[in-house]
Amino acid sequence: MADQSAADARALTATGALSANIARPMRRRKPPNRKWLFLLPALIVSLCVVLIPVVVTTLLAFTDWNGFSMPHWVGLANFVTILGEARFWAAFRNNCVYTFLFATLPMICSLFAALLLMTIRKGRTFFQVVYFLPVTIATVILAQIWRSMIYSPTSGVVGWLQSVGIPVDNPLVNPDTSLLGVLFVDMWSWWGYLTVIYFAALRQVDRSLIEAALVDGASRWQTFWHVLRPSILPTIMFMLLMSIIWSFKVFDWIYVLTEGGPGFSSEVLATLGYKTAFQSFEVGRASAYSLSMSLLGMAAIVVYLRLQARREKV
Amino acid sequence: MELGTGRLARLFVYVLLGAAAFSVAFPLALMALNSLRNNFDILLTPLGWPSDPDWGVFWRVWQEAQLGRAIGNSLIIAGGTVVIVCTISSMAAWVIARKEVPGWMVVSLYFLATTTIPVQMFIFPLYFLMAQLGLINSPIAVIIIYSAIFTPFSLFLLRTYVLDVPMELEEAARIDGASDLRVFTHVIIPLITPGLLTVALIVCLNVWNEFLIAITFLQNADAATATARFYQLTGRYGNNLADLMAVATIIALPTVIFFVFVQRRFIEGISAGAVKG
Repeated sequence: MADQSAADARALTATGALSANIARPMRRRKPPNRKWLFLLPALIVSLCVVLIPVVVTTLLAFTDWNGFSMPHWVGLANFVTILGEARFWAAFRNNCVYTFLFATLPMICSLFAALLLMTIRKGRTFFQVVYFLPVTIATVILAQIWRSMIYSPTSGVVGWLQSVGIPVDNPLVNPDTSLLGVLFVDMWSWWGYLTVIYFAALRQVDRSLIEAALVDGASRWQTFWHVLRPSILPTIMFMLLMSIIWSFKVFDWIYVLTEGGPGFSSEVLATLGYKTAFQSFEVGRASAYSLSMSLLGMAAIVVYLRLQARREKV
Repeated sequence: MELGTGRLARLFVYVLLGAAAFSVAFPLALMALNSLRNNFDILLTPLGWPSDPDWGVFWRVWQEAQLGRAIGNSLIIAGGTVVIVCTISSMAAWVIARKEVPGWMVVSLYFLATTTIPVQMFIFPLYFLMAQLGLINSPIAVIIIYSAIFTPFSLFLLRTYVLDVPMELEEAARIDGASDLRVFTHVIIPLITPGLLTVALIVCLNVWNEFLIAITFLQNADAATATARFYQLTGRYGNNLADLMAVATIIALPTVIFFVFVQRRFIEGISAGAVKG
């Protein structure tokens, strides 16, 4: 979800800096220290809206609650059920495919676009603003434009292409392509955001380094690989992590474009959990989906951090 | 840096960048242009130019779809969220930046962890609690939930602004006998105002566009935000794409104009976080 983007981006960078100053001694002692009171409002809001409900959801995953009657403890029954379901595994597989493609393809396109932007003088701001436009528009609106004005065979561009004899079809109604159809729209709306960030990172690279490399006869590719790439690698790795976190939580695009269909061909864990809770009111089982989704998401982050740690050691 | 030396090479770069810009703008242009055409023409081809533009469509759907009401709801919820988020996150940012409270590290890590948790991990209990309390379709419930969701990001952003406030200023105020609250309101707040503005911009935009919580907690036409209202209307206007695109244009235009005006601040705001790290 791109709208959370800036939010999470800040959050993670900030902690990177947090750990640096732990050892610094306290500046002075002033009794009594009441400053923790300033932390309280933010903590209370977060505890009530996030932490306590997260604990409740975790407990509900072990019950058969339907939202109204008294919940009964059913142990691991919900997990046994969902692990035996075809749609759970379909959703899990879709989540993995989605996250993998979402984290890689826009990364390459955006890096290329940002490099191209570096080579021009006029129009940099214009291109950045245009590329960024979809990020500022609600996903539900963009999804609807794509659904009715582009993918639709009756009113969309696909229909027009068919009428002039080009054999294309609405990707959203075909189980083989529905997930990719959604993913394409998500990537279309998102790559501009990455481009703007990479461009900002590239502009901070010391110009004299680049000029020195070019004067010394390095090719453009060598300049990119040996000068630019190492300097912006932290930004790339950080955006990769954020892309993984956001795309694993994908909900809006799928819910608006296909609602997970046809069949379960574009279902992901977020839509599966949501529909189970609010359409069939099986809150216990929905909580089990949510919990599995969080655990799998956490596992993905841990694997990523491990790989990165290993890279840095080498 | 000027990599493209030849005139031809430069032209080629502009063609590529222009093609990318076109592919981004094309669907948005389809929305705007088709809102001015009629449904019959759209079914013939979505690619036509509005030869006889129907400007009255905007006023008509504005009334039919109660868009004034929906936009009002969005503004109330965005305003409420901005006020709460700016207040509580600037207070917390001050404490966390100064590290004077034991446990600040645990609290930071907690807020960091909340940004990775999927919404589905906490809205089920909240929804059924709000239903019990009769707070479904109430802006208050949504404002509180948004406040909790946007606080971590605002906190970490404002923290970087607090770090730029010299400790000496705080100490000078203390020597003059100022209380914690007075230091906060008279020293910290005035100096982090640019940060608060950036937070307000980003929170406003995110609240305006938010989908999942809006459609879950605001189910009535009267209570819906602009985005939730659009989702409700996709069923009703399913057969009238011109009207649907007109509604889309009305809801998308404010954020696009807003962004184009503040783009410098906005782009600097979002990229600074990722680039510094």
